[in-house]
Amino acid sequence: MSMYYAGILSDIGILLLGALSVYIILATGQLSLGNAGFMGIGAYITSWLTVEAGLPITVALVIAALVSGAIGVAVGFPALRLKGIYLAMATLGFGEVVRSFLLNFAAMGGPEGFHGMHHISTGYIWTWAVSVLVLVMLIEASPIWLEIRAVRDDETAAGLVGLNATEIKVGAFGCGAAVAAIAGGLFAHHHVYIEPGNFSFERSVDLVLAVILGGSTVASGALAGAVMLVILPEYLRFLAEWRFAAFGALLIAMLLVRRQGLLDRALLRFAWRGSRA
Amino acid sequence: MNTTLPPRLRLDRITKAFGGVHALTDLSLDVMPGQIIGLIGPNGAGKTTTFNVITGAYRASSGTVLLDGQAVTSEPPHKIARAGIMRTFQNIRLFSDMTVWEHLLVAQPHSGLAVRRLLPMRFSNRKTIERAEEVLEFFALGNVRNRPARTLPYGLQRRVEMARAVTARPRLLLLDEPVAGMNHDEAEAIRALVLRLRQGGLSILLIEHDMAFVMNLCDELYVLDFGILIAHGRPAEIRANPAVLDAYLGRAA
Repeated sequence: MSMYYAGILSDIGILLLGALSVYIILATGQLSLGNAGFMGIGAYITSWLTVEAGLPITVALVIAALVSGAIGVAVGFPALRLKGIYLAMATLGFGEVVRSFLLNFAAMGGPEGFHGMHHISTGYIWTWAVSVLVLVMLIEASPIWLEIRAVRDDETAAGLVGLNATEIKVGAFGCGAAVAAIAGGLFAHHHVYIEPGNFSFERSVDLVLAVILGGSTVASGALAGAVMLVILPEYLRFLAEWRFAAFGALLIAMLLVRRQGLLDRALLRFAWRGSRA
Repeated sequence: MNTTLPPRLRLDRITKAFGGVHALTDLSLDVMPGQIIGLIGPNGAGKTTTFNVITGAYRASSGTVLLDGQAVTSEPPHKIARAGIMRTFQNIRLFSDMTVWEHLLVAQPHSGLAVRRLLPMRFSNRKTIERAEEVLEFFALGNVRNRPARTLPYGLQRRVEMARAVTARPRLLLLDEPVAGMNHDEAEAIRALVLRLRQGGLSILLIEHDMAFVMNLCDELYVLDFGILIAHGRPAEIRANPAVLDAYLGRAA
């Protein structure tokens, strides 16, 4: 496999994990525009653990995921009292707080960034990406997922059948933060260099975009979205400096024609039947 | 009636004020085990507010809500639900894009270990599935089990909402206008269901404007007007009570 394709595949795998982190939170009806912040936390913790503490990458990733998940729960409790656009603003603020913290965090290079990580293979990235994707898809078939859908749909009615909406929302936020941290850790060890600018608002938007493009109602939508978001700009290269404008136009067209994104449950059911016929 | 048993539900001098407006003033009310009690009154009398206070959606300004002698007044809604109080809504609130069957599964949040609930449905607790089947049959919803609940006709949606409310085996069921907008036959079917639920040991408190329905079904009635209890008694007594007639008819004069 050429370096070029390996790079693209790795980018897709990392974006898939980032998109899944948004998807898990979105499933409970909360939009997070700050997941790049959790990616940043994961990237810096993982890198410090492998470079300074000499831990193996897998152990470092698990620790980073746990720490980031705990931060997610701690941030989630107050933040999830907010709804809709206000929550989105609060999470956006959180992402910026993380970025400015990293800028001032001299111990790990501040604005100059941090390096010294060992490069990881595309296969390793995809092992994580596929594992998390399969895990989310399994959970989608579970009773917990029904509860998540109930909370997203009507929090009041969910409470009145005995569901603890706060627990479910905060739990999802924590899980999302943990998955984002894994994406961040893999990002750091793929690029072997990180700086605070890697985890800015634009990246948070990328993660949300991948989910919205690929399909925000099924986990596999995150995969479709990650592929589209990485590949499309590559295919549009022949348009030179117009390619991002063309990409934007495609995005708008997609949202006008298919608001739920490329994949949804109906389409998957249709494809499943077709493949068996 | 056995006086040693505490009432299934007791409201003890409940007051609910929104700013300076008293939606409920000193309301006391009892539902004994196995009773069907009606809560009636003109629009804006505070009936739905009463339901909201009982289920924890509103916090009472003063007074106590007791379920089988245990105070549940300041508990959050999901705890009150798990303690055994379930309700339906005047404007049906089903979960969109969930099938009838899924409604009956999601309404049993306390079944089984948390870890097990993360596993796919087919590994789910057998008791959960059996209970859902049982309720499906009781409400005669078997032939629409895989239909999205919101696409069903209105009368069936009401049935699904009732089914969802009783799946977790509550001790007290609150019905907010269960036959609103239904024709006579549909209302009769609901009446039969409510009676059968009572036979199963459920206590029921219901709000309803359809007087024929209420008079035929309830053991006792409480009448509210402007948040104040103006009458309490058997249906026949209420029918003849001048204060009630005044509240319903006298306002226009």
